[in-house]
Parts: sequence; C-alpha cells; structure tokens
Amino acid sequence: MRRIISILMENEPGALSRVVGLFSQRGYNIETLTVAPTEDETLSRLTMTTTGDEKKIEQITKHLNKLIEVVKLVDLTEGAHIEREIMLMKVKATGAQRAEVKRTVDIFRGQIVDVTATVYTVQLTGTTDKLEAFIAAIGETQVLEVVRSGVSGISRGEKVLSL
Amino acid sequence: MEMLSGAEMVVRALQDEGVEYIFGYPGGAVLHIYDALFQQDTVNHILVRHEQAATHAADGYARSTGKPGVVLVTSGPGATNAITGIATAFMDSIPMVVLSGQVRSDWIGDDAFQETDMVGLSRPIVKHSFMVRDPRQIPEMIKKAFYIANTGRPGPVLVDIPKDHTAPHNTFPYEYPKKVKMRSYAPVTRGHSGQIRKAVDELLKAKRPVLYAGGGVVQGEASQALTALARKLNFPVTNTLMGLGAYPGSDEQFLGMLGMHGTYEANMAMHNADVILVAGARLDDRVTNDARKFCPGAKIIHIDIDPASISKNVAAHIPIVGPVKQVLEEMLTMLDEQGEVGTDTKSLERWWQEIAGWRKVHGLRYETNEQGPMKPQQVVQALYKATKGEAYVTSDVGQHQMFAAQHYLYDRPRQWINSGGLGTMGFGLPAAMGVQFAHPDAVVACVTGEGSIQMNIQELSTCLQYGLPIKIININNQALGMVRQWQDMQYGGRHSQSYMESLPDFVKLAESYGHVGMLVEKLEDLDGAMEEAFALKDRLVFMDIYVDPTEHVYPMHIADGSMRDMWLSKTERT
Ligand SMILES: Cc1ncc(C[n+]2csc(CCOP(=O)(O)OP(=O)(O)O)c2C)c(N)n1
Ligand SMILES: [Mg+2]
Repeated sequence: MRRIISILMENEPGALSRVVGLFSQRGYNIETLTVAPTEDETLSRLTMTTTGDEKKIEQITKHLNKLIEVVKLVDLTEGAHIEREIMLMKVKATGAQRAEVKRTVDIFRGQIVDVTATVYTVQLTGTTDKLEAFIAAIGETQVLEVVRSGVSGISRGEKVLSL
Repeated sequence: MEMLSGAEMVVRALQDEGVEYIFGYPGGAVLHIYDALFQQDTVNHILVRHEQAATHAADGYARSTGKPGVVLVTSGPGATNAITGIATAFMDSIPMVVLSGQVRSDWIGDDAFQETDMVGLSRPIVKHSFMVRDPRQIPEMIKKAFYIANTGRPGPVLVDIPKDHTAPHNTFPYEYPKKVKMRSYAPVTRGHSGQIRKAVDELLKAKRPVLYAGGGVVQGEASQALTALARKLNFPVTNTLMGLGAYPGSDEQFLGMLGMHGTYEANMAMHNADVILVAGARLDDRVTNDARKFCPGAKIIHIDIDPASISKNVAAHIPIVGPVKQVLEEMLTMLDEQGEVGTDTKSLERWWQEIAGWRKVHGLRYETNEQGPMKPQQVVQALYKATKGEAYVTSDVGQHQMFAAQHYLYDRPRQWINSGGLGTMGFGLPAAMGVQFAHPDAVVACVTGEGSIQMNIQELSTCLQYGLPIKIININNQALGMVRQWQDMQYGGRHSQSYMESLPDFVKLAESYGHVGMLVEKLEDLDGAMEEAFALKDRLVFMDIYVDPTEHVYPMHIADGSMRDMWLSKTERT
C-alpha cells in the first residue's frame, strides 16, 4: 500500500533528522520526501510517500506523532486528495527525435524550458503515475537526466492541515 | 531581574526544578558548570568513576523514586560513555535528564578536541533532545527537558550545551518558567470512557481471565488501582520482569512472572485465558514467545499511555490509550457504580481450580544437593529471608537476574530494579547507588554475577566516598551463566568464551576499596553470612558466593513456540 503522509512540524534544526532517523531506525521505507517552510515561518510542511501493510503504516504514523516536534499529521491517502510532483528532465533531441519528443511533451502537457542543438530540458508536473508514464513514453534510452521533487499533497475540499 | 551566566542558569534551573542529586564526571566542556556547582550547596553532585555509572545511578534514583534522574557529563568521551545508560533508561521508559557539555559553538563541525555529535549519536535512544544555541534558551530548555522526561511515556531527554554558552563573563536575565506550553506535545491525560466501558463489560463476561501488568503500572503509580481491581474481580495477576512489585508478589492471586522465564502457572494461565487485560506492558518478544501463537483464545484489552505500544506485536481487541492509573480507577468506579460486581463466579471458581493444578506442577522447583555446590536459587531465597522481603533489590543481567526475579517476592512497586529492555550488564551496582542515595535508610542489595559486576566494579570507590552501605550479592558461578545455558541448550554444550577465567579475589578487592568482603562456599554458611552482612548497617559488604556453575534457569520458553511451550528442567518439557 502506498501512502502519502503529510506533516506539520516545528521549523527547528534537527527536526528533519528525527523524522528521517525514525525511518531508518525502525526499518520503514521512504520513497519520496519533500520539506519546506509554510506561510507560518515557525512551521515546516513535510510530505513523504511510503509503502507498507496497514499495520506498518499504523506504526509509522504513531511513531511520527510521538516525535516531539511533530505538531500535526495526516495520511492524505485516507481521503480525497491532490498529489503533485514536479520533474525536470534532459532528453536527447536530435534529428527526427526532436519533433517526436516535442509531441510527447505536448501530449503530457509538459513544457520545454531549455534547448540546445541536441538536448531538450523538459518540465512536467503531475502525479507519480503520470511522470512515470511520461518516462516510459519518451523511452529510457533517450533520457539523459531526471530530477524529481518528490510528492507534495493536499486534501480536497475544505479540510485544511493547520494549527 | 537577576543576571546569571549560562553555567549559573544551568545550576539555578536544577535548583528550581527541585533536583537533589546530580550524577556526573567533570571535563573541559563542562568546567564552567562545575564551577557554578561548587558555589552552591542545594544540588548535590555525586562523583562517579565512569560516566556509564552516572547514568545508571541516576536511573536507579529515578526507578526507586519516580523522580527524574539527572546526569552531567563532558563532551566527547564523557558523552559517549553515557550512551549505554541512556539507552538502558530509554528501553525501560525511565525519566532522566542528561546534560552534556559540547565544544564551543563556533568550533562545532570542525572535529574539535573532544567533539562528538551527541545530539545525533543519542537520537534513537532519547525521548527528545535539545542543543543550546543561545544561553538565553537555557532555563526554558531545562524546564522542557524535565517536563518531557517525566510526562506521558517517560524517557531520557538530552540537553547538549556548548561551552561558550556557559561562559562566566556573559550574563543574562534569569527567570525559570512556571509552566510549559508546547503545541506539539500533549500527552494523553484520560482514556476513552467508551473503550473503558467496553473493557469492563468484557472483563465481567470473562470465564478465564488474566491481568497482565508491566512496568507501566510501576511507573504510572497504578499499583493500588491494579491491586484493588484484581481483588474486586478475584482475577489472577501476572507481572512482567519490569512489572514485578506492581502486584504484591506474596499474594495468593499472584501467579508469578510470565514470559521466557516465567512460572509454569503464569504462562499456562495466559495461554488458556479467554480475556487478558494488559496494563502498562508492551507484549514484547521476551513475554509472548512466537507472537503468532500467542494466547490463541484470548480477547486482548490493552491499556498503555503510548499508542505505538498498542497492537505493535499483538493486535488488541480493545485498545485504551491513557494513563494506566486513571484508566484502572475509572474501571473501578464503573464497577462500584453498578453495585454487585457481576463476574461469572462459577467459571472463575473452575478457573482457579485449573490454576491450582498448574501451581502443583511448580515450575520454579530446582534440585538441591546436600553434598554438592550451592544453588543460585538458594542464595536468592536466603537473601529474601535475611531481608524479610523488604530490601530494594537491583540486579545485573544473566541467570542471577532471573533467579532474583523468580525467587524474591516483591510486595512493593519500585522495590525491584533491573534493566529489562536493554539487558545491560553493569547496571546493578551503580543503580544500587542511586537507590541508596534516594533512600539512605533503606536496605539495598545488588544481586549480580561475577561477569556483570566487573563491568562497573570501579564504582566500589564511589560507594566508599559517599559511605553507601550497599550489600553486593555476587552469585559466582565462574561463568557467563546465561550465555553458557544457551550454549548448553542450543550449541551442543560448546562453551565458546563463556567461561570466566582469572577471577579476582573479590574479598580482597572489596577490602582494597575499603569495604568488607565475605567469601561463602558452603550452603551451611549461607544464612549466617547473610545475617552477618546485613547486620553491618553502615558498611558496604561484598558477598562472593560460589554456586553450581552448571545450573540453568527454568522454566524457559521453547523458541518459536507459544506461551505454554516450556522447558521445565534439563529433561522435562511441556
Ligand atoms: C553489556 C552486555 N554485554 C553482553 C551481554 C550478554 N549477556 C547476557 S547475560 C551474560 C552473562 C552474564 O554473566 P554473569 O554476570 O556472570 O551472570 P550469570 O548469567 O552467570 O548469572 C551476557 C554476557 C549483556 N547482556 N550485556
Ligand atoms: Mg556468572
């Protein structure tokens, strides 16, 4: 089961290392992790994706909640939510490939943000599935470099994660 | 407002926190703090001989009083020496505040002399940690450290203090916060009443109930409530290694300890139970044996202050997150309100008969031999007799620990003090020091082995300095007995490195440290020697007692089995 866990925590030095340490110490997976300050500078928002059976996920959320600096936590996958990840990618773009890559980028509603004679730099936003589908469509042999931000997420509707 | 240096603020905060004792060892990074300590006399500093002992002594103080133990160590090696004791306290949820010196803040990260990333090193073994970044933070950080250490599920908290932040020439206004407010930390104060009601209904329906209580009942001051509940319902009680004393050990309704070396009757009752109330215990692997085979017919009601302890190893049917004392008291109130108790007394009567049958098997029996060497169990029984069951008993780790858990009956919470979760050899003597400081007039015995005692033997010197009249009961089997037992049972008797050769003459050793040493080799001398030792009220006595090196601890769970799968002796199993 893949889960997106979203955490509000005190924006203090060392807080992130406790979260990451917890995962290695207890043998949990982190697939993606993003963290940045929020509109309230005393708080950071951390989003992570992880996998595990129900029991493991329950332990993960309980242990995260126990960390003193964690103020609030939600498992976004428990309800309707929006998830986004941004990807920057360098793709070989020579000869006939140039037009083909451009078409694929358009289909996926990506943007070409930098160009050289042989390389396109593509920016694409979407769910993890969409980004993976894009990589598959371009063809791994064409891909020179991939940078992904990790998943960010927010719940749908009026529910907010705040103090 | 009063102006104080960082070092003075540290000491003043400890005073304001009501700290009586601080266990520590000086060094460069904490010299400013030591200088501030020197200039006052409210907080008594106890100079140990190794920082590990400082943490265990603080731990023993905490376990025997319920108040946080306090430690002060220097940076680098001082801090790393404290690690084992911090981990020991963490595993057993003991409140502790550790102040560690750090190199000056502008040198951090430069591999300065005696620099260690103590916050990083200790991260997985503390409840929380702070690094002082500005001297003005000191009062609030210390206040928070004590608050976090001693509320919710207790545990050790570290405060790392760079040397420059304690410098005597920089002073700051000092005010100790009266209250702590933390938006990110709010330990539960009540269990869910609906869940408690459900649990009570389940208990009343039970035909074969067991109350299984752990260290949380001791830590959470819930022994009275537990005892009242057990008496009211007439249910059998078993305690974990950490919970011994939570329910009176000499009481009729007590089945003894459960788990790997639990009694036959406790483990059989657990396996056959239909309702188990787990109170302040965590169903750890030393208790459950194979968790998948654990008590197949039982509904589990689990009370714990830490939600992460519930349904971790064994799924709970009725989880109750809350302070165990409050939850048990609410159960009692519910029972009181309904007048007649309403348990299934017929079934209970049959259940007690069944238990009586198991008791007859008597899983704690052992063979004695008038001619041969003394048995370790006899030593613990003699200790029980000589101290009338009233001593504080600390122990180290190994066979002697299990014998001390099985054969000394603890009637009071906080009376039995051992490293259950981490199993730290070297814990016993320094822990006994902490207990003796907290209870200067009490009888304190440390049951140890010739292996364990050598892991913190240097503390005999501390004991002399402070005149601590601890009685050390060294159950000397000339072997790392517990290791040897496993090698006998699982490795074809190949005693790889479990033989303790070249033992010191412990009597002379004790004497050279200024204490009394006694050698006991024969059973007929045992009781007399104990009497004599305990009559020496103001001396530390080191009793070196030679016992049968081939003895094993039984019962013993058969690995990967259920609760009822046990060896009862070298030849009999269930
Ligand atoms: C610090 C530490 N190292 C190793 C162990 C593993 N261990 C557990 S019991 C034991 C033997 C202890 O020997 P002793 O103190 O003589 O006690 P006995 O079992 O003989 O009664 C050992 C080595 C441990 N628990 N702690
Ligand atoms: Mg031994």
